Amino acid sequence: MCNPFGVFLRGRLLTRRQPTYVIIPPVDDHARLYRMLFLIRRFEETVLAEFKRGVFSGTTHTSLGQEANAVGVISALSPQDAIFSNHRCHGHFLAYGGDLRALFAELMGRATGVGGGRGGSQHLHWRNFYASGIQGGGAAMAVGRALAFRRAGSQNLVTLFIGDGTFGEGLLYEALNLAALWSAPLLIVVEDNRIAQTTPSELALAGSMTGRFSAFGIPCNELDSSDVLEIQAAATGEAAQIRTTGKPRALILHTCRFGPHSKGDDTRPAGEVQRLQAERDPLRIHAPRLAQAERTQLEQEVEAQVQSAFEQALADPFPQLVEGRP
Amino acid sequence: MTTVLESLNAGLHEAFAADERVLLLGEDVLDPYGGAFKVSRGLSTGFPGRVLTTPISEAGITGAGIGLALGGYRPVVEIMFGDFVTLALDQLLNAAGKFGWMYDPAVAVPLVLRTPMGGRRGYGPTHSQTLEKHLLGAPGLTVLAPFHLAADEPGRLLRDTILRTGSPVVFIENKLQYLLPLLDSAALAEFEVELVGNPQAPAYRLGLRDAPPPGLTMAAYGYMAELCRQAIPPLAYEQEIFVELIVTTQLAPFELFPVLDSARRTRHLLTVEEGGRSLGWGAEVLAQAAETIPGLKVNRVAALDLPVPASLALEAAVLPDVNAILRAAVEMLH
Ligand SMILES: Cc1ncc(C[n+]2csc(CCOP(=O)(O)OP(=O)(O)O)c2C)c(N)n1
Ligand SMILES: [Mg+2]
Repeated sequence: MCNPFGVFLRGRLLTRRQPTYVIIPPVDDHARLYRMLFLIRRFEETVLAEFKRGVFSGTTHTSLGQEANAVGVISALSPQDAIFSNHRCHGHFLAYGGDLRALFAELMGRATGVGGGRGGSQHLHWRNFYASGIQGGGAAMAVGRALAFRRAGSQNLVTLFIGDGTFGEGLLYEALNLAALWSAPLLIVVEDNRIAQTTPSELALAGSMTGRFSAFGIPCNELDSSDVLEIQAAATGEAAQIRTTGKPRALILHTCRFGPHSKGDDTRPAGEVQRLQAERDPLRIHAPRLAQAERTQLEQEVEAQVQSAFEQALADPFPQLVEGRP
Repeated sequence: MTTVLESLNAGLHEAFAADERVLLLGEDVLDPYGGAFKVSRGLSTGFPGRVLTTPISEAGITGAGIGLALGGYRPVVEIMFGDFVTLALDQLLNAAGKFGWMYDPAVAVPLVLRTPMGGRRGYGPTHSQTLEKHLLGAPGLTVLAPFHLAADEPGRLLRDTILRTGSPVVFIENKLQYLLPLLDSAALAEFEVELVGNPQAPAYRLGLRDAPPPGLTMAAYGYMAELCRQAIPPLAYEQEIFVELIVTTQLAPFELFPVLDSARRTRHLLTVEEGGRSLGWGAEVLAQAAETIPGLKVNRVAALDLPVPASLALEAAVLPDVNAILRAAVEMLH
């Protein structure tokens, strides 16, 4: 799939088709972005590894391979913007600034977790961040939250993350209609990893994704990239457009899932995942932009941070049910 | 004389006037139509920009209402017919009702979803149901149904709920109840009425004035409470059965103590509802009463477990009326 935005060259986005926007990210951003990519990667790897040892309970959906979506998009937003995320929300949550230990603790069912152990992996809330485990369930709420921003005269917007499989949910189309009809400042980010649990999009999706948005008059751009800078540039442009026009837009990010859907349920041939890892690893793409020494030091710092957050969470107490609410 | 519909309409107007964060979303709610049952009439004229007429998207507008509530507004979502609440069920149950508990700190969702239930108008199987039993017991969801008293109007309950709630409320209206005149002191001349319980969502105790101690407790809400009230005089004068009627306005979470308190004295409890008999409101009231009152005699009046038919003759055979209440009471006591 070609990149409709053009090619990214030395930090500068050269537009190929309709010139939309040109973003030159500040260079000192590279380390900050890499740090977050690496943090999410190590968090998710730790979760998968420790799950097997019974440290975590319930279910989990990691963002391995899709880290650049979370980091690229959310670094382009303002801290006051709201985010509605889905089951695959750890990366979004951490990129939003959510606490590492609280996330570990939530997955371990501890009292110190993001939701005191009540929500678990898919149900995270902090500030203006909401994640829930019903596919498409957040779509109309995102529209309503965006309308609340607009009515209150604020410049903030709402970002809704959905996967390709979520195009199967009817509520999404009600929400798209409402968003366009009522001019909701809403950015819909589709993380298209071409698979939903085990079902490839060919078996679930008729017609086109872009056509779905254009039917509602919602401008839609797509990007086939795992480069955090390209994604950040695209999202920055989308957000700017939304803040000036006050209207919804969609960004389809063609992406690659490196891990299983959940914990060990990958039905794809191993070779396919290896090929994706070789070609589309967001960390490997971004790493050369940092000096080797800086990167090594940063990785060590993050490693220690993840390890210590994990251990602290592991020592945290389990919650107790007190009068219906722990 | 003020009707329930007029009272609810006035309550909405008062809520809109009192707090500009109150908004209305619903299908066909703009003036001059003012909603399929006219409960929202005048709002779009009186409060321009705060009434959104919506596409036919019950789940979507419920979700949008939740989102607005998260953003600090006090949205009222009107679902045209109660039957359509099934389409919004996911948003109510999996989102609105859970946000106050599964997130930490708890997230307030001050949303009121209003909708008319009920049959007896020949609208047929998808426009006549009494579906609230499917909403009862969902954690985090409050379900209210008003009673048509002039002394404590349905519009007052609606207004205060909109202005004060911090969690989602489903406000169950009823198509025939809309037309009822509020019960004023003249209409209640032979009755004694007492408010019991939490004044925010009260229960009411009704009995005949100067009657002997009651031998039967009836529990009901909404329109069925009116049919119970109509059954009280003939039961007293023709059968010497003296009834204490407990009308609840808060169906969920369960506010049962006024019912239990009465049943403890009468030892006989009859629940009366328009929803289907099985696994419903009455079943749960009686189960809880039986758990706490040994030797209690119980019975239920409810609809047959069938879709509500369109033919008025068939509909009358499926839905309970005053005669069904009279029969059940006599059966229990004689
Ligand atoms: C309403 C609903 N139906 C089904 C599921 C089970 N489920 C969880 S994730 C998932 C696949 C989602 O696929 P997609 O939207 O492509 O997101 P991805 O997992 O690829 O990130 C399914 C079927 C669910 N959580 N909610
Ligand atoms: Mg997918």
